[in-house]
Amino acid sequence: MMNYVMTADSTDTNDNVIRKMQDSLESEASNSRADIKMTAEGVSVFYGAEQALDDINIDIHSKQITALIGPSGCGKTTFLRCLNRMNDVIDGCRVNGRISLDGEDIYAPSVDVVSLRSHVGMVFQKPNPFPKSIFENVAYGPKIHGHAQTREEIEEIAVRSLKKAGLFEEVKDRLHAPATGLSGGQQQRLCIARAISINPGMLLMDEPCSALDPIATARIEDLMWELKENITIIIVTHSMQQASRVSQQTGFFHMGVMAEVGPTEQIFQNPVDQRTRDYITGRFG
Amino acid sequence: MLTTNNKRLQKRHRAEARFRAYGVLSLMAAATVLFFLIFSIVSSGYTAFFRITVLLVIELDAEQSAVAPPYSRDVLMQGRYRPLVKSALYAQFPGVTDRRERRDLSRLLSPGAELAVRDYLIAHPDSFGKTIALEVPLASDFDQLFKQHLPRSGDNIRFSEDQLQWYDQLRKEGLIRYRFNMQFLLGGDSRYPELAGIRGAVVGSFYALLVCFLLSFPLGIAAATYLEEFAPKTRLTRIIEANINNLAAVPSVIFGLLGLAIFLNVFGLPRSTPLVGGIVLSLMTLPTIIIATRASIRSVSPGIRQAGLAMGASPVQVVFHHVLPVAMPGTLTGTIIGLAQALGETAPLLMIGMVAFIANVPTTPLDASAALPVQIFLWAESAERGFVEKTSAAIMVIMMFLIMMNLLAVIIRTRTQSKVE
Repeated sequence: MMNYVMTADSTDTNDNVIRKMQDSLESEASNSRADIKMTAEGVSVFYGAEQALDDINIDIHSKQITALIGPSGCGKTTFLRCLNRMNDVIDGCRVNGRISLDGEDIYAPSVDVVSLRSHVGMVFQKPNPFPKSIFENVAYGPKIHGHAQTREEIEEIAVRSLKKAGLFEEVKDRLHAPATGLSGGQQQRLCIARAISINPGMLLMDEPCSALDPIATARIEDLMWELKENITIIIVTHSMQQASRVSQQTGFFHMGVMAEVGPTEQIFQNPVDQRTRDYITGRFG
Repeated sequence: MLTTNNKRLQKRHRAEARFRAYGVLSLMAAATVLFFLIFSIVSSGYTAFFRITVLLVIELDAEQSAVAPPYSRDVLMQGRYRPLVKSALYAQFPGVTDRRERRDLSRLLSPGAELAVRDYLIAHPDSFGKTIALEVPLASDFDQLFKQHLPRSGDNIRFSEDQLQWYDQLRKEGLIRYRFNMQFLLGGDSRYPELAGIRGAVVGSFYALLVCFLLSFPLGIAAATYLEEFAPKTRLTRIIEANINNLAAVPSVIFGLLGLAIFLNVFGLPRSTPLVGGIVLSLMTLPTIIIATRASIRSVSPGIRQAGLAMGASPVQVVFHHVLPVAMPGTLTGTIIGLAQALGETAPLLMIGMVAFIANVPTTPLDASAALPVQIFLWAESAERGFVEKTSAAIMVIMMFLIMMNLLAVIIRTRTQSKVE
């Protein structure tokens, strides 16, 4: 299960990444490129008077997995929550800088946050299915966004999402049983199924496996691998092994700044920054 | 080392045993008080569900009852049936011919005795000219004598020697029956204890609670949801929150005064009606519902809100689709407890005139009506011995409703709890 990191396919992608990283260092016009999904430029976040993030810059590559690592309280979850404006609901939270999705500023006044979130889905640390049936969980998104009108269409989307999340076989006999009766790993896959039921271009995952056992974790990682065929994924994780297993690009956060960002291999094998080196060799964190 | 010989350890064990004993003792004290309360109410109240009747052979004479065909309901309601009942009673005692004696004899009968004849005729309109055997109620004093609530002799006895003799003779002949008192459950209030019923008060309380529920439930949920989910946390909202909590502690009589001043005097709503009663009670129930709803909204896991927002639901959709359904059991429990409090509330109803004597059972919330707690208050004030048992019986009825409402709250709570798990 752990041995697919070095498939020919992903090596190709990694080569591309390295080339693109070098390109973007040379020219600033990188966000017009088709395979940059999201760009953060000079993002700073304040909670009241306290600064949580300082001048974060990162390009998120399309249809790849980007891992954000770093010690607790370094701001990686805060940054993730900026990307679909989940920080909006926190009183006194202020975001400076520019974040663009497909070249469009997501903090522009004309942007409807509801529409943004339907394009940028999110999976949380603790599995949080709605306390309704399994079916209702995956049918909810298509219903409120009007993706499906008839019962048949909704059913089709629900089944397709559950299949994509690898959950359908396990729950097909009890689609109308409460979702809270599933195991933790199943609940988390249900949350992923729910997130992809509305076809988001991006999926933000906030430590999705920290509450799960290793087997459930491996299943989620498999699933991420399959999803990245169509979806750009950003994952915040505490596990450096997980970051190295699943991601193609890694950003290392430290005390509110992005200490280093680059291809995963480079970050783990040959980090440039002293802090990154200390962290991944276990000297702190 | 490991034995209990240790002095310190022994002391700790003793302290623990003492503490448990205190707990058991206080529980027993509470149970005893509750037992005596229920015992005294039930033992003095259960007889109100029964009354005595006398079996009389009555000639149904149309002329004597001053009715003429067609014998429609309206015509029969106008009839005078007391003479028929009286003659039937006199027929039992052929020796009593003196006018004064006969008047004493007729006082054995309840003023409601003729109503039994009237009701029989309404049910069987073609019975004129026939002779029927019918049970009619006796006066309350004899009812109380039968139940041994009044003495046969001594000071202040309420019966003449003759009356006691006639009563004994009727009993000896087996004409006096001890029957379940349907009138107590189905009738309105009356000046005569043997005729007084609780239905007017039950229906009045029901309408008042209905109005109270219809007003306070939606308002309470709306206020609680707004305060908890949408209101900015400013000084103003903090002041409002503090005052909602204060409102829950305001003495209920003050709400009654407010109702009198505003709903009756300013808006001119009809006095003594369940409508106004319900509005006043909803002022008291609102804070209870708001507090309960806010508590249960606050206990909804934030993860569910985040999940809803991350799915692109608008804040209002998150509240209505996810938060309120989860908070509903707590809200309903709070509402039922609030309504149960309102059911027992007396003072505000006195203020808006629901204390008036009203014999009719109300048909709409706009009819003047009694309410259960006020009915208890009215009967407890009445001088006649027959109302003592009615008071206790009415308390039994209101307690039964309270227990039912609390049971409902418990059922809702446990059922939804097991569903979530």
